Amino acid sequence: MRTWSLIRLFTLLVYLFMFTPIAIVVILSFNDAQFGGFPIEGFSLRWFYALAENDAIVRAFRTSLLLGLLAAIIATTLGILASLALMRYSVPATNFFNTLLISPVLIPETVLAVGLLLFMRWLDQPRSIVLLLAGHVLIALPFVVLVVQARLVGIRKVYEDAARSLGANPIQAFFQVTFPLLMPAVFAGLLFAFTISFDNITATLFWRPAGVETVPTQIFGMLRHSISPEINALGTVMIVITVGLPLLAGAIARAFARRRT
Amino acid sequence: MAKSKAAAVELKNVIKHFGEVQAVKGVDLTIDAGSFVTLLGPSGCGKTTILRMIAGLEHPTRGEIWINGRRIDDIPIHKRNLGLVFQNYALFPHKTIFDNVAFGLRYRDVPKAEIRKRVAEALEIVQLPGVEKRFPAQLSGGQQQRIALARAVVIEPDVLLLDEPLSALDANLREGMRVELKRIQRELGITTIFVTHDQAEALALSDKVVVMSNGKKEQEGAPDKVYNQPASRFVAEFLGNANLLPGRIESNGVKLQDGTLLPLRDAKGLPVGTEIDVVLRAERILLARQHPPEADALVVPGKVRALDYQGVAARYFVEALGTTLQVINPIDDLPFPEGAEVLLRIRAQDCVALGRA
Ligand SMILES: Nc1ncnc2c1ncn2[C@@H]1O[C@H](COP(=O)(O)OP(=O)(O)O)[C@@H](O)[C@H]1O
Ligand SMILES: [Mg+2]
Repeated sequence: MRTWSLIRLFTLLVYLFMFTPIAIVVILSFNDAQFGGFPIEGFSLRWFYALAENDAIVRAFRTSLLLGLLAAIIATTLGILASLALMRYSVPATNFFNTLLISPVLIPETVLAVGLLLFMRWLDQPRSIVLLLAGHVLIALPFVVLVVQARLVGIRKVYEDAARSLGANPIQAFFQVTFPLLMPAVFAGLLFAFTISFDNITATLFWRPAGVETVPTQIFGMLRHSISPEINALGTVMIVITVGLPLLAGAIARAFARRRT
Repeated sequence: MAKSKAAAVELKNVIKHFGEVQAVKGVDLTIDAGSFVTLLGPSGCGKTTILRMIAGLEHPTRGEIWINGRRIDDIPIHKRNLGLVFQNYALFPHKTIFDNVAFGLRYRDVPKAEIRKRVAEALEIVQLPGVEKRFPAQLSGGQQQRIALARAVVIEPDVLLLDEPLSALDANLREGMRVELKRIQRELGITTIFVTHDQAEALALSDKVVVMSNGKKEQEGAPDKVYNQPASRFVAEFLGNANLLPGRIESNGVKLQDGTLLPLRDAKGLPVGTEIDVVLRAERILLARQHPPEADALVVPGKVRALDYQGVAARYFVEALGTTLQVINPIDDLPFPEGAEVLLRIRAQDCVALGRA
């Protein structure tokens, strides 16, 4: 009995440790006070309005959104193509290529960041938004590949065979059968990739061209001067996006699944 | 006369290797238009591989495949116009039954109104009208297999290819589907190649059975021919319950090892003195306390060692002719008990000579 209550206490402490900072950011973002801290002086949305009027933040937001969307689309497309190639066709050294695709997760981000910069230097290319995008694709790709491959294993090749035997060419068979069945993984891949890109900071600090800020680098920059309550509001917005999107996607996926059984 | 039936499918010395594995070792096959042909053999003997090569899902390592007078080895699957039914149905889970059945028609320039009509007809044929709006997961296994069949036949394929389509179904459902399948095939007159490891299915359904083992054709012919006149030890043992008795051909029968002379109708041209095996089906031996005298038959004494009660029939293991014979007899009143002394009647017409290779 004793051990159980100890475990419960421990679990509680761990959860508190994990979620208290997040809760504090969210609570403080609605605080009317001039400075970003306790005590609470009243409920207000003023810091959210201030966010919307801060040009630098709005610009960073746009950059992050665009970067996240593009990285998600590119990484997901590449991830699907690569997974199909590795799992549906007999490619030599499948394991080797698979490991290669997954390896960006295993390499420390700083090393990856410096590596890509050195590579660009060697190619004589300046730091640019395209490089930043390519970098984000690189970081997001392993997650997409893992999700898509996990799903593709479950889609038996016999569906494609059936479609082909009925007259669909390989491309038609893919879009009529494999892709729709892969949809949950495509969705998850897009979300993963977007979220990973949207809150990446380490590598982004290395790769961004001068003058370009994403939301995380913007927050990072603002923190160097002071802890403004605007940052709490920005943090809350980010939490809503990165937590809310997957929840929404999950709900949509469940609604689809219900329709069929 | 013999030419009146055109060969719909022809395989000429087809060989298939998967790396080191020789899955199909040179198979010739001729399948008449409109006939129902079964490839029968144990698991791993290359049946599926042959079917997949005809379908275009595998490419033969060597040999030729012809369908309706056209060599098709190099024609991609989607241009072959074949109907395929798989063991696990392979209905598209994200499409309605209508869209599943209509799938092939959409690639054949069929106008919308006609698609609707033909899908309805196909569902009528498999006796599942009105399920158009449902999804596959809302149907039972047997119903899904009917839909899979409807999807394959609605495109009016040149050949219908079925790979163990009944083996995922419950035993009692399987028999119903078997009858159904035969009716549909007869109704549409469609050339059908059916793959199974289940001899009962093969014998019940086929115009021609092709028994295979180990990547090779063992024997082909009408079901009763293959069953009653096995051409090899493998076929004799694979189909039904057969006793194989070694012996030597004499002028008036076969001398078994215990000295008994077994009557034989057809020595298949084998000369006197040849060592052979005699195939004797378990259900062709009759057990009784006494037998009326009969020409061309042998009556020998035996003793029931064990029996396997099966309801309508019993399978006995009877000590006779210096060995243990399997005998399957219908049960009249009560089965013979263990230890019973019986007489076995063996007729000349039931003894089939099998030369040794
Ligand atoms: N894609 C493949 N790769 C390697 N070996 C295979 C492949 N398909 C079948 N085989 C082998 O070929 C042989 C025949 O297989 P198959 O045609 O599926 O037999 P059956 O359908 O009669 O059970 C088996 O030994 C099997 O392991
Ligand atoms: Mg098979």
